[in-house]
This record gives sequence, structure tokens and C-alpha cells, in this order.
Amino acid sequence: MLRDALLVCGKDLRIELRSKVGLNQVAPFAAAVLLLFGLALGPTTAALKPAAAGLFWVAVLLSVVLAVQRSFAIESADSARDGLRLSGLDPAGIFLGKGAAIVSQLLVLEALLAAGVALLFGARLDGALVLLAACVTASVGLGAVGVIYGALSSGARVKETLLPLLLLPVAAPVLLGATKAWNDALSGRPGQADVWLSLLAVFAVLYVAVGTVAFGPLLEDA
Amino acid sequence: MRADRALRILGLAALAGMVATVWLGLFVTPNAVGYPDGTVRLLYIHPPLAWVMFIAYGMATLSSLLYLWPRTRHVRFDRLAGASAEVGVVFTGLTLVSGSIWGRPTWGVWWTWDPLLTTTALLFVLYLGYLALRNVPGEPETVARRAAIAGLVAFLDVPIVFFAVSWWRSLHQGPTIDLATRHSYVHGSMAWTLLLGFVSFTLTYVWLMAHRYRLAALRDRENDEGLGAAIADRWAEAVR
Amino acid sequence: MESGGASPVAWAIHMALAVSLRDAVALAGRFPLLAGVTLDVGEGEIVHLSGPNGAGKSSLLRLCCGLVPLRSGSAVVLGHDLAADRRAVRLLAGYLGHETFLYEELTVEENLRFALRASGSSAGEAGVQAASAMSRLALAGRLPATPVGKLSAGQRRRTALAVVVGRRPRLWLLDEPHAGLDLEGRQLLDEIILEARGGGATVILSSHELGESGAHPIADRVVQLAGGRVVDDATGTTSAEPRPVLPPAAEPPAAQPPLAEPREVPAPKAQPASQPEAAHVA
Repeated sequence: MLRDALLVCGKDLRIELRSKVGLNQVAPFAAAVLLLFGLALGPTTAALKPAAAGLFWVAVLLSVVLAVQRSFAIESADSARDGLRLSGLDPAGIFLGKGAAIVSQLLVLEALLAAGVALLFGARLDGALVLLAACVTASVGLGAVGVIYGALSSGARVKETLLPLLLLPVAAPVLLGATKAWNDALSGRPGQADVWLSLLAVFAVLYVAVGTVAFGPLLEDA
Repeated sequence: MRADRALRILGLAALAGMVATVWLGLFVTPNAVGYPDGTVRLLYIHPPLAWVMFIAYGMATLSSLLYLWPRTRHVRFDRLAGASAEVGVVFTGLTLVSGSIWGRPTWGVWWTWDPLLTTTALLFVLYLGYLALRNVPGEPETVARRAAIAGLVAFLDVPIVFFAVSWWRSLHQGPTIDLATRHSYVHGSMAWTLLLGFVSFTLTYVWLMAHRYRLAALRDRENDEGLGAAIADRWAEAVR
Repeated sequence: MESGGASPVAWAIHMALAVSLRDAVALAGRFPLLAGVTLDVGEGEIVHLSGPNGAGKSSLLRLCCGLVPLRSGSAVVLGHDLAADRRAVRLLAGYLGHETFLYEELTVEENLRFALRASGSSAGEAGVQAASAMSRLALAGRLPATPVGKLSAGQRRRTALAVVVGRRPRLWLLDEPHAGLDLEGRQLLDEIILEARGGGATVILSSHELGESGAHPIADRVVQLAGGRVVDDATGTTSAEPRPVLPPAAEPPAAQPPLAEPREVPAPKAQPASQPEAAHVA
């Protein structure tokens, strides 16, 4: 299973390096989201700075939808699931591999967005350790849920609208936890973020476990 | 036939219960101290609605589990899950509306980010997504299995959402609904009316479920019978 | 015919059948892709599936590699009961479909290595297998390092075929493999198929390429599909003759069956339209 996971993760990342869709499309999209927030809530940073954490994570959440769609789009377009099933790869390995690839891309994206938030909203990135911990646990949770729902919706012709509808509500606790953790860190109270970080960790562990177990049956339906 | 009669009796009982609840709730029970005029009447409806919502989703999740478990895999569980989720979504909507109606005279706002209300709103959206997934066309077993997995994944989120939102609220000041203190005002005829409310709404849930389930079963049977005709048509293609 | 008491799997293994289908029905939603297919394919046979568009040829191939669920009837492929477990057969069968399952951004070689490693080879083995498959398919020069997205349709076909060749499956399921190939490519494909049979594999292919006698030149027999069922199943040689394992030097035209027109289908729900003939491997 792990061998297959590494194989799939490497394949996905290599495709991303070649096609640079994440770099050329998803990152600019996230930047555009930040700018739109700025337009909506600016021009002074009075409203933006306190909201910086929330806006950051909303932008991340929207970008996750794109990243997941891309992850499944590379699997030979419409017959995504057929290709994966025929390949002989262990489904749990496919889940972990794709998830890991998405998480890696998310972390890079978050680094860029953090810089954007510091620049555009005037936020000072204090409590870096908590910020980082929140990013890692949140990204793992989002990646796991993303791959599950990506696979669920990949066969449907309405997948572009179905995926956000399914994914975003389920990811609400991640948004909540990550935002609160970041808020605590940014306002100089990193110690208080523990409860949020544990929430994020529970979410991540739970959904990685669910995905590992459920991905086999998930791929199987037609 | 016996099932039909039982169902009809059930429906009548539910209806009678609801009428009685409304009558008692609106006219017979007294106004409670501390509640703006009349809003206590919602007490007889809002908690029962929320209660039905929870059992509906619980039922949907349990049925999904049973469907996925190989030993108990049977299409009836898929139908149950779908029916229950649909009824659940309706009741969630009603819960939100009744909660909102409560909020307006009580705190002056149509909405408050109270843990229960927020969780309910998220549940609403979660299960709307579940229903959307069920409507995606495909083989019956495909749809059933996909929906069952999605239902479980969504349900696992519910406690997390609730705890997250509770923590979120507990760190802030603001209007909170305190269920405990509310119930301390409930006694006498109010308590009986409340109980009647719970019972009649539960009966209504069962009645709605039974009908929805039967609808699904009929639809499946129509599909199966259509299969024989479809195969015959297909064979006919080969005739030049 | 089937012996009454034996399970389909045991029967298929006993008769050395690579594929054994009985009244197999497969659905897409409500539409019957396959409306009761009865077919036996012995190990080492090359079977040509023929029939009009929409007859179910692709669906039959997809059923045999476990992609399409079996709604009713029985299907035993390579000793595995498809009703019980569709997944086991996927690594044993090599499927070449209309879609190529290749990754556009990866090069030919990278695609091959990924596919081979995915089906179980180690990194080193995959490299060797990929190299030999590429050379067999004449994918040389700058092609191995070219991203698949930049290739022509015929080159992509050859790459997809190279994946199958590299995996060396026991059952080859080829859906119109000659489409999109030039003359050289088609001849190469025929050679490869004969080599595969020589190595003990069974090949089922659907093709519009017909020889003089109306069947594909290298096929042992032609199976006509229409309306999701087998309507004609004529064998090249009679069942009494032992089937040679090695490819014959030349297939004498007399051994080819005359092309059978799709006959009128007997009343539905009657006997299967043809007698399934079990092939015996010498």
C-alpha cells in the first residue's frame, strides 16, 4: 500500500511540475480571492487585519476545490476511475498518494498566501510555530476529505458543481479550527490555540483513516 | 393490506396528535414567565422538530452502515437511508425556520450564531449535498454505494462540527440558548403538551418515511420490470 | 454443454477455458449493454468479435476485464468468478480500449514505467520491461522522451499497446486495436498478437479489419454480436481437431469460416442462439 502511495504521489507531483497548473492557475486564483476580499473590505486595513486569518483560510478552502478537481482531471478525463481501477494499484495507496500530492501543493500555496496576507492585509505573522502546525494539520484533513469527495464526484457529469457543494460544508470544522488557531497566534496568544490544533488533528486523523478504508469500495461503483 | 391499514391508522394518529398539540399549545397552556408574548408556544414545536431531524439523520447513517456491511447488504437499507435523509432535510429546514422565528422576538435578530443553530444550518447544507449526490444518474447499486459512503463521511463530521462550534461560541459573549433553564420552566400542562409534541412529530416522521420508502420501492420495481422489456428491445436490434 | 452439477468456475478450469460466459447481462443504468451473452473462449484462442456499432463488443471486453458489473448470469474469466470478485481479474487481463489511460504530461517511457510498476514490477524490472516493449512497438528515437500529449493518435495507440505488451497478461482484450494505426502498425500488431498467443495468452479482439473471408486474418474464429447477444459463433476448426499452441506457419484460407450473416434471432428467452464450443488445447 505505501509503495503504491509513493508511486501515485510521485506521479501526481511530476505531472504538476510539468504542467504547472497549480502554479499558473490555482495560486493566481487564490491571490485573486485575496484581492477581492481586499476590495470588498478595504481600502484601509481596519477591517482586513482582524479578519486576516479567516480570509486566508477561506481562500485556502476555495483553492482546495480547484486542486482536487485538477487531481482527478489528470486521470484520463472522463474515465478517471476506470484507469485507476485497471492499473492494479491498491486503492488505499491511491488515496494516500493523491492525498499526499494535494497536501504538498497546499502547503506551498499556503506559504504564498501567508506572504500575500502579510502584505495585503497588514498582518504580522507572529506565533509561527502555531501557524505552521495549523497549516499542516488542516492541509492533511482537507487533502483527505478532498480526495474522498473528488472520487465520489468524478464520475458525474455535474462534478464541477457537485464537488464544492459536498466538500465545503464538511470542511467547515477545519475552517473554524484553523482560523481560530491563526487568530490566537496572530494576536499573540499562541498558547490558547491548543484546543483548535487538537480539533484539526482529530479531523485529519479521522478522515485519513476513513479514506484509507473506504477508497476501495468507493472506486468500485461502476 | 394490513400494512396499508396500519399505515393509515398511524397517519391518523399522527394527525390527531399534531392537531392536539397545536390546540393545546396555542390555546390551553398558559404563557410562561420570562418569555416574550407567545414565543413559548414554539417550545412545543421547535425541540420536537430538532429531535426528528436527529433521528432522521441517525436512521440514514445507520441504514448506510448496514447497506455497506456485506452481511446485511440489501437494497431496503439504501431506500431507508434515502427516505430518511429527505425527511430529515425537510425537518431541518423547519427547525431552522422555527428557531429563527423564536429568535426574532426574543433577541431581536433573525439569526444568531448559537452552536445548535449553526450546527443545524451546516447539517442542512451537508445533507442537501447528500441528496444532490443521490440524484446523480447511475446504476442503482452504484448510486446506493456512493451515497452510503458519502452519508457516513458526512455524519462523521457532525460531532466534530458541533464541538467546534461549541468551543467557538464558548469563547465569546453573546446570546445563548440555554436549554436547561428553558426546561426548568416546563411543568404541568406544558410538560404534557411538549411530550405530545414529541410523540406526534415522531409519528409523523414514521408515516412520512413509510410512504417515501414505498415510493422508492415502487420505483425500483418499475425499473426491474422495465428491464425485461429493455432486454427484449435489445434483442430485437439484432433482427435485420 | 455445461455439466449439471459443476460450478461455473470448476467447469471453466476443467475445460481450460479462459473465458466462460452464460447468459451474462450487464447494464448501464437501465440500458442492457449485454442482454444475455453465452460464450466460451479456450486458452490460446484468438477470437474476433464482430458486429455492428452498438452491438456490445466493447461492453463484452469491458466485462471480461472486470470493469463492468455483472447483473445476472455467470461469467468466469481466467478462473475467477466475476460475480464474486471483479478486481482479481484486472491484473491478469490486459485491456486496450478506446481511451488510452495515459498521462498527457508524462513521456512515453514514464507512462510505461508507471503502468508497469503499478501492476507489480519493481523499479528495475519495469525499466527493462518498458525498454523491451518500446523496442517491440518501434517506439524509438526521440519518442520515448516525448510527452504523450504531443504524440499523434497512432503513436498514442502504440504506447497504450506497449503497456499491454509490457505487462504480458494471460488474456488480451483489445477493442478495435487496429483503428488509427497505419499499415505498418497493423502488421506489427498482428505479429504481436500471434506472439502473445505463442506465449500461451488468449486474445479477444474486436475489429473492422476483415480478410477475404470476412474474418480477421489471424483469428481462429469469429463471434458475431448483435443486440447485446452472441448471434453466431462459428469456429475455424472443428472441435475434434486439437488446437495447436504454436502459431501455424500460414493460416490456410480454407480453414477460415465463411462470414455468417447475422441471423434472425429466435424468440426471446429461448435457447441461447449458439452452441458454445469448448476448445481443447493440445
